Amino acid sequence: MIGDHLPALQVVVPLLAAPLMVLVRRGTFAWLLAVAVSWTALAIALALAFKVREAGPISYAMGSWPPPWGIEYRVDALNSFVLVLVSLVAAMVAPYARASVAAELPRDQHYLFFAMYSLCLAGLLGIAITGDAFNLFVFLEISSLSTYVLVALGRDRRALLAAFQYLVLGTIGATFYVIGVGLLYLMTGTLNLADMALRLREVGEIRPVLAALAFITAGIGLKLALFPLHFWLPNVYAFAPSAITAFLAASATKVSVYVLLRFYFLVFGVPLVFGRMPMAEILIALSVLAVVSASLVAVFQRDLKRLFAYSSVAQIGYITLGMGLANEPGLTGAVVHLFNHGLTKGAIFLLLGGVALRVGSTSLERVAGLARTMPLTSFGIVLGGMSLIGIPGTAGFISKWYLVLGAIAHGYWWLAALLVASSLIAVAYVWRFVEMAYLRAPAPGAAKLDEAPPSILLPAWIMVAGCVYFGLDTSFTLDGARLAAAVLLGGVR
Amino acid sequence: MTLAGHYSYWVTMFLMISGLYIVIARGNLVKKLIGLGIFQTSVYLLYIAPGKLIGGTAPIVAASFSTYSNPLPHVLILTAIVVGVATLALGLAIVVRIREAYGSIEEDEILEKDQAGEDGR
Repeated sequence: MIGDHLPALQVVVPLLAAPLMVLVRRGTFAWLLAVAVSWTALAIALALAFKVREAGPISYAMGSWPPPWGIEYRVDALNSFVLVLVSLVAAMVAPYARASVAAELPRDQHYLFFAMYSLCLAGLLGIAITGDAFNLFVFLEISSLSTYVLVALGRDRRALLAAFQYLVLGTIGATFYVIGVGLLYLMTGTLNLADMALRLREVGEIRPVLAALAFITAGIGLKLALFPLHFWLPNVYAFAPSAITAFLAASATKVSVYVLLRFYFLVFGVPLVFGRMPMAEILIALSVLAVVSASLVAVFQRDLKRLFAYSSVAQIGYITLGMGLANEPGLTGAVVHLFNHGLTKGAIFLLLGGVALRVGSTSLERVAGLARTMPLTSFGIVLGGMSLIGIPGTAGFISKWYLVLGAIAHGYWWLAALLVASSLIAVAYVWRFVEMAYLRAPAPGAAKLDEAPPSILLPAWIMVAGCVYFGLDTSFTLDGARLAAAVLLGGVR
Repeated sequence: MTLAGHYSYWVTMFLMISGLYIVIARGNLVKKLIGLGIFQTSVYLLYIAPGKLIGGTAPIVAASFSTYSNPLPHVLILTAIVVGVATLALGLAIVVRIREAYGSIEEDEILEKDQAGEDGR
């Protein structure tokens, strides 16, 4: 039955679409296929999510080789949530990409763009769905290599340097991860994550295991742009093609966060990570630094894409903060922020793509008076910004509320106060856009601009609407996050 | 076990650290990729060396053999080598494009050109 093979199809469909696009070599065909593939992926992810909620975790043995010998695909409450986020963003970005790519890339590269896009999607979904540590590395590299290509396609020549730096740092990160997995394999003799967790209990807290924890933390930390390892991110987001910035900001770092969550809570386990090693203190310290310093840096940016890129570093800080708190509300906040921030940043970068298309640049000076010429785009960015700040009624509020609850549950009142104070810095950088777009007159002699085309506005506004909707009706996100937090804490023994 | 008995680990660590050092210390983009290659290669050794048992044979069940080497690390590293080759190829392709766009592959010269405000294209 095809229903039984959904976990495999989730990855195989986008993976097979990519070579097909390269063989046919037609931009329009590639785009249609990319749209079809990403919507199929979304349908599969939703089907899996509902199945998991009804019947519990699904285990799929690749090629019928039973785990732990074969590669196991395992879908539970945590990763079905990540699958929905990634495929949802992909399904929004794919239809959007046509107009944006047509404006930013030469015609003969279009089919290659969509082929890389499908590969990247396959890689990200693969990371989320697999239950095998080495298979995860392979998918990590599939998604990373295609990302480097996509970033290098950016219009500005600085995109090339950004892609190169990302390639070097990303490869170091992935190699650190393989070193960690190698050490774990030496100690346990298994690569299946669930099996590894069981055998690690017998191995105990010996040095190679601690070294593996350090390597995996540093490696995945690079991939998710954990505070001092975030230097690749602003340039990548600023110079990549608009559609790719939106896709990466909403999915790539979030998937890496998921990997870290999985390893911390379901492989190493809380006693080792937070008892034997001081990861809680380290994560909280780095996250606080990320939230405060990256938000401050964002305030002083002159380019909107860079501004929101630094804001991403800060927002990832909120997620890792919830991880460091490691209690039920904190983890719920982290997982729900994973989703909410993905949605919010995706929406903002999609709208900025529209700005880049009409204005020709995303620098702050050039968007003066934008609210008069592109009212829908401007208002969408403001709503997204409100969600970044965490104003009640937006998705961002829900996640911050749980993070504050998590901090209070530990008795960290200073942290709760700091979380609220950091939102004020977010007000400052969002206000920079509001001031420029709403309160300034357009530069004299500036050309009359049209509103962005519907193919750009519609997907972007669906995501903006999501930011507001998931701030009011939290049944899908919050219940999902609670179940995911229960899975994470259930792994603690 | 003596220090010398762990020599495969010493080689692995030396390659790992020197590779990483080259990536960080060298400004030439091609040299950076060479360092990255050495760094990745060290991991191949980390996986494969412990899989070998002295006196072990290929894992084919036969009456006259009782010790087998672990074949799984070889399979894993075969995949990792493919990934390494792809990374190196892509990295070099980007360096070629950088050279076309900037006329240099020295990191400091490239950054200088960007600082000077010459906007590309």
